[in-house]
Amino acid sequence: MGVVLETVAVSRSFGAVKAADNLSLRFAEGQVVGIVGPNGSGKTTFVNIVTGYVKPTHGRILFRDRDITRLRPREVTNLGIARSFQIPQLYTHLTVLENMLIALSVQERRHWEFWRPLRLDGRVEAALRVLDQFGFQDGADQRVSTLPEGGRKVLDVALSFALQPSVLLLDEPTSGVSVDDKFGVMDTLMRVVKESGVTAVFVEHDMDVVARYADRVLVFAEGTILADDRPEAVFANPAVRAHVLGEGV
Amino acid sequence: MKLLYGRGWLLPGRGWLLVGLFLLIAVAPFIPGWLVFLLTIAFAKGLVVLGVVLLLRGDLVSFGHGLYYAAGAYAAGLALRAGLPVRDAAVLVLLGVVVSTALAAIVGLFLARYRGIFFGMLSVAFSMILYSLLLKLYWLTGGTDGLSVRVSSIFGLQPGAEYLRLAQYYFVLALTVGAVYVAYRLTASPLGYLMRAIYDNEIRVEYMGASVRRAIYRTYLLSGALGGLGGALTAITVGHIAPDLAYWTVSGEFVFVALLGGTGSVLAPLLGSVVFEFVRNYAFKLSPYTWQLLLGSVLLVVILFAPGGLWSIFERLARREPGETAPRKERRWALSWRR
Repeated sequence: MGVVLETVAVSRSFGAVKAADNLSLRFAEGQVVGIVGPNGSGKTTFVNIVTGYVKPTHGRILFRDRDITRLRPREVTNLGIARSFQIPQLYTHLTVLENMLIALSVQERRHWEFWRPLRLDGRVEAALRVLDQFGFQDGADQRVSTLPEGGRKVLDVALSFALQPSVLLLDEPTSGVSVDDKFGVMDTLMRVVKESGVTAVFVEHDMDVVARYADRVLVFAEGTILADDRPEAVFANPAVRAHVLGEGV
Repeated sequence: MKLLYGRGWLLPGRGWLLVGLFLLIAVAPFIPGWLVFLLTIAFAKGLVVLGVVLLLRGDLVSFGHGLYYAAGAYAAGLALRAGLPVRDAAVLVLLGVVVSTALAAIVGLFLARYRGIFFGMLSVAFSMILYSLLLKLYWLTGGTDGLSVRVSSIFGLQPGAEYLRLAQYYFVLALTVGAVYVAYRLTASPLGYLMRAIYDNEIRVEYMGASVRRAIYRTYLLSGALGGLGGALTAITVGHIAPDLAYWTVSGEFVFVALLGGTGSVLAPLLGSVVFEFVRNYAFKLSPYTWQLLLGSVLLVVILFAPGGLWSIFERLARREPGETAPRKERRWALSWRR
């Protein structure tokens, strides 16, 4: 499998805090990577750096061998790197369907059209198909502000997925979701991710979730990589267990 | 501004629209001339307000739309003063729209970078620059004396003096219908929805791969064009223009009318404008020295009882179904968007 995304010696500091310290990572096509680590270890900063929201102090980010280090979030997204957010970023005054239609119009590069309606028959069908994949069979006309947190999380990912990215970065897709719903949400997301073959990188605090869905686990600690391996190897690592799970402390 | 944002972009059924349009066409010859004039001005100004409302949908309050109002009017006035060989109203209106759009293309480059109070204040600043120029360049603009705008024909027709007011009314009505339709198409389009998306969440718009600044800029162009159209139509209808058209109080009046009418429909600015002109007319008649007090009171009453503007009253009436028992607030939320 070819490398789709690569960071080369990426560093970023916020004052005295090193949120990313010389990170060199490669992500293969179709891989599902889980990122774990305690609060403040640089997980979200890593996602923000890759998606152009935060610029690294040093280092380069390569997407299919193209340097994207200085690109803006919009330009990074248009190249094929989409993301979801820890706090879902949605258009809460609009319906689920309208959120999806806007995403599709942007994906079609027709978002500047001002004469033809947004609700074209073909586009509505496509939107309903994507929503159906993510379990919104009956709720398309529901206003987003009325969705439960789990629904918002899934829709946030669905909007990013609708952009047909090569790399999908998910920032804590199950945070704020009830324990009962957590695996249901992840099952839905990962089923679609696996079917599409997209490279997925998800930040997560729940080790059970990471162990169940990730092909590879990265453990962040103070901006560096403490471990990078298959889930079973990572979670058997005493240093990881001490640092992330607090065992033996 | 969040509370004032419309809960939909509703239009009444096509049948009601045609009935309303038919009444506006058929009744005009039988109503007093002052009323025809008042409606003509209300529609012309309503177009400027429509431009303001298009920006309000993206949570942008323009306190400087007098800029385009005056630009459209002065484009027509200065063209006539310069000896434009064709003195047709349609040509002058076209000129007003072109000039105001070109101006919006320049000003929009700056304004599209700002939000909130900065957007509002910068828009005032630009309109006051034009106001000062119109005031000081006496040799060109006539200063406070202003300019006379006398057209000789409307679409090639030369109505007699007794029919001029009526002809102007139909001319303005026709262009208003066209402009409202364009605005309606915009609001139902991807670009129109992008403005609503910007209102909600700019971050998500950028992370979808769309440029927030470009979306605002393009909408601003149309908004400026509508301002110029309204200005040119007012100039032709009134027959005289003065620098006051660009003054900040005039721009504030457009925002006032936008709030009065609401943002729930492309027709709301026209409703707000007609009501505003009527209230101002009668307030001035009843109390020439304190008419602003009456206007302010009307807005207070509207904000208290119809915070979504006058149009929201129609929305509520249209959505009330016989026998429904759900609390009013719940009903409103459940049925608030056009499907």
